[in-house]
Amino acid sequence: MTIGNFGHLSVIISFITALVATFAYFKATNSTKNPTDQTAWKQLGRGAFYVHALAIMSVVGTLFAIIYTHRFDYHYAWDNSSLSLPIQYLVSCFWQDQEGSFLLWMFWQAILGVVLIQMNRAKNPTPTLPALGGSNAGLGLGWEAPLMTVYALVQVFLTSMILGVVIPGLDFKIGSTPFLTLREALPDLPVWQMDPNFVPKDGNGLNPLLQNYWMVIHPPTLFAGFALALVPFAYLMAGLWQKKVTEWIRPALPWALLAAVVLGTGILMGGYWAYETLSFNSYWSWDPVENAVYVPWLVLVAATHTMLVAKKNGTALKTSVILIIAQFVLLLYSTFLARSGVLGNASVHSFTDLGLSGQLLLYLFAFIGVSVFFSARAWKIMPVDAEEVSVYSREFWLFMGATVLCLASFQVIIPTSIPVWNKIVEGFGGVSNLAPPTDAISYYSKFQLWFFAVIITLTGIGQFFWWKRVQRGKMQELLTPLWISLFITALIIAFGNVNKPEYIVLLTTSMFALVANTTIISGILRGNYRLSGGAVTHIGVALMLIGILFSSGYQKVISLNSSGLMISKDESFTKDENKENKENVLLWLNQPTKMSEYLLTYRGPRIEIRDVPNYVPRTWVELIENDFHAVCLQNIEIAGKIYHKKGDTVAVYPENVYFEVEYREPAGRITTLFPRMQLNKQMGTVVSPDIKKEFNKDLYSYISMAKGNPDGEEEWSKTEQFRVAVQDTFFVNDYVAILENVGRVDKIDGVNLSPNDIAVKASIRIFDKEREYVLNPTFAINQDRMVLRKPEVSEELGLRIQFFEIDPKTGQFTFATNSKQRDYIVMKAVEKPLINLLWIGTLVLIVGFTMATVRRFRDFKNMRDKGVV
Amino acid sequence: MKKSHIFALIVIAIAAGIILSTAGDASTYVSFKEAEELAKDGEAKSIHVVGKLKKDQTGQILGMNYNPVLDANRFEFLLIDNNNREQKVVYGSPKPQDFDKSEQVVVIGQMRGDHFACEKILMKCPSKYQEGKLEVKEATAKQS
Repeated sequence: MTIGNFGHLSVIISFITALVATFAYFKATNSTKNPTDQTAWKQLGRGAFYVHALAIMSVVGTLFAIIYTHRFDYHYAWDNSSLSLPIQYLVSCFWQDQEGSFLLWMFWQAILGVVLIQMNRAKNPTPTLPALGGSNAGLGLGWEAPLMTVYALVQVFLTSMILGVVIPGLDFKIGSTPFLTLREALPDLPVWQMDPNFVPKDGNGLNPLLQNYWMVIHPPTLFAGFALALVPFAYLMAGLWQKKVTEWIRPALPWALLAAVVLGTGILMGGYWAYETLSFNSYWSWDPVENAVYVPWLVLVAATHTMLVAKKNGTALKTSVILIIAQFVLLLYSTFLARSGVLGNASVHSFTDLGLSGQLLLYLFAFIGVSVFFSARAWKIMPVDAEEVSVYSREFWLFMGATVLCLASFQVIIPTSIPVWNKIVEGFGGVSNLAPPTDAISYYSKFQLWFFAVIITLTGIGQFFWWKRVQRGKMQELLTPLWISLFITALIIAFGNVNKPEYIVLLTTSMFALVANTTIISGILRGNYRLSGGAVTHIGVALMLIGILFSSGYQKVISLNSSGLMISKDESFTKDENKENKENVLLWLNQPTKMSEYLLTYRGPRIEIRDVPNYVPRTWVELIENDFHAVCLQNIEIAGKIYHKKGDTVAVYPENVYFEVEYREPAGRITTLFPRMQLNKQMGTVVSPDIKKEFNKDLYSYISMAKGNPDGEEEWSKTEQFRVAVQDTFFVNDYVAILENVGRVDKIDGVNLSPNDIAVKASIRIFDKEREYVLNPTFAINQDRMVLRKPEVSEELGLRIQFFEIDPKTGQFTFATNSKQRDYIVMKAVEKPLINLLWIGTLVLIVGFTMATVRRFRDFKNMRDKGVV
Repeated sequence: MKKSHIFALIVIAIAAGIILSTAGDASTYVSFKEAEELAKDGEAKSIHVVGKLKKDQTGQILGMNYNPVLDANRFEFLLIDNNNREQKVVYGSPKPQDFDKSEQVVVIGQMRGDHFACEKILMKCPSKYQEGKLEVKEATAKQS
């Protein structure tokens, strides 16, 4: 059996065991009247799920082994990995494609399923005591059976996505397997006729953009979040099914919180990666795929809030039911958006269509159907509130917060779904030519800003009501934080030049939340940090908002084009709207250019050698074509240490070109940045910034344009010849040049002269606008009248001069010159003030959420151990 | 009327507002002719136009003009929309990398006089890895 067959077999086993587990747990749930049967079914379900989890591990292990051992006869390894990748990126190859990322999701879900079984195994050996009977029978059953029925059903759907089975006769494919050989995947290639056993020597490789440590941990975190978000949904479904309409809250709440923190961390990791790697110029670009995950996360966060009061309040309970269903369905919807190809070119993240859209859509509607059925059935037995909640109650404020969170997410999902809407209209034969908003960032920001101004205010007020610090007729407690925050905000506005009304509002509200939540922690929760998770999380959000406000709202382009070289005949070109686009500077090689307070010098393209700590000039090595190795053309020496000798072969990252740019501050301090340009085979050229981090701001620089391919052949112009005498002036490539002198020399660099050879060196001075250069081409002749002409090249001038001939009769010298495009880069530099507040806020948010999660897990454990399920 | 009803009404009103504003703020895909008409009507909103670059028989792109030495932030090219209308497009930013390789181009902006003033360019480049291409190359190398 080949390794691929073994993998495929494991997939089939995992699918069948998931089916068996679903069925067995279903029977266990429905056979409450017969305890022996129930125990048997339960044991079968449990066993099936354990086998299922093992099979998933086996699938994962097999696929990784195929990638790790470079089995390029398999399509997945060939398509996603290559010999050049170090181990950590081989791991990333695993989830570069759809099948692998589905597997990642299943992997977490399999682990979580085992954890859930363990947690819910009734401590009580006899789960259904006759005494409990009657209406309590459901309680006696425990959570395991109904919970795992729902849970295993989701696994059935997920495993079917990688099943790769074609139903005979129907031409209908279920799932797409990652274990296809290259020949099975691409049967039409002509190569198979010549050599049926053809195996490519190397694979396509991992998209270099994803060769980043954040991309090693971001997808697993995100999918762990996806898997966790299923748990509260499964508890909810189990609860509705078993008519335990409020009891599901307690076990589900800690999982909902954990899902929120893990999913949130995953999303923010993606944001940080984008900030570091993409020149979108932002940590968040409101890309459809980003939005598609952001929306369920907001809904999940809203759900965690309503769940806090759902035990006492009927409205909050019903809302929690809707929100937990919504967040799960929205996650499925986001999967559909990202993987069905419906977004097309609208997103950088979306996968290509594997022909699974139908299947995804089916699952989406299946889960909507199941959820609606169970909720409708249980709706009548949900408690109804005797009276409306008072405006002075904690329930009211939590409810408000959740509502605004949902509205914020609604505002995002509607425009994000425009491509789906077009498809629906087309499906009914209509024509819809709606396009997504042109400028996504400003479009979404202008709405989200107001929603979050409200949300963040509610966090402060909500905390005061939650801890009963204020109540009807006793609201003055809230005044202190209000005055303090207004005072601080006023200072910031006055000194920080915050002038736009919406920014003032966001700043004020965030500051209020910061002060109010801090007051709660220091005042009420003194010494009881276990309870302060909520307040800490809110502080994190407030810090993030302030960080976002300044780093995005007050980012400043400092690379303004001040060269005056904007002469354009086009009238419209001088109009104001193009003024804004004058935000790039042109840097010639080695020519210092002023930008803002900095003096910038471009020093040339660099390459990264894998075992050398610094970037080195690309001219030091010669790349081997279609390989990740290069030959050193000289010793690789950095700060006196020789890393490689001339002629050594070294491993490099050939696709990454780093442009060394020196920033000289007025005080003389020099910082060197290396913005990157990646010649990405899959995605074309991708530029990444280099960031100069300071405590109060980031200086973010990236390449807008560079001269051609840095490794390409130089294109020299046709040779021009000049006959001149010493001290003559002539024009080379529009530069004024003077032949200063010609003298005899004893040695020429890189040439072995014998004592009888004659060598002369010319000294030519060339005048550029601001600088002068001296070039020294040499000419040598030996006894056999063999001539050597060693040219001199000035990269700064894009000029090559060769000493061509000496005419002893006239005393004139002939020089041959060629010119080429001078080396340059076009660069943009942006200052992002206070961005560190965003990252600090993110960490605080994660800590706060984790504190809340830990607290609720403890509650759950205590109650479970007391026998309350 | 109960308070909760008022509350529900407010929420529904905001949600409806969001949907309406989405419909209002969404851009549209149009042809250059429609873009011109929109511009004449004084429409200030940006629109999307899908087109192809003008190329000669040998695949050379025609009418492209970018001179970074003169102005790094001005790039001109000719785009042929789906109704075969040729239009000069002016992009007030550096020429995007890989522009030459793109098959299909979406420009976002407005008509302004004789040209289309473009704020953003979306390109669809043929992937080097369109299934099969690579091995064919390798296969021929193996034969020789």
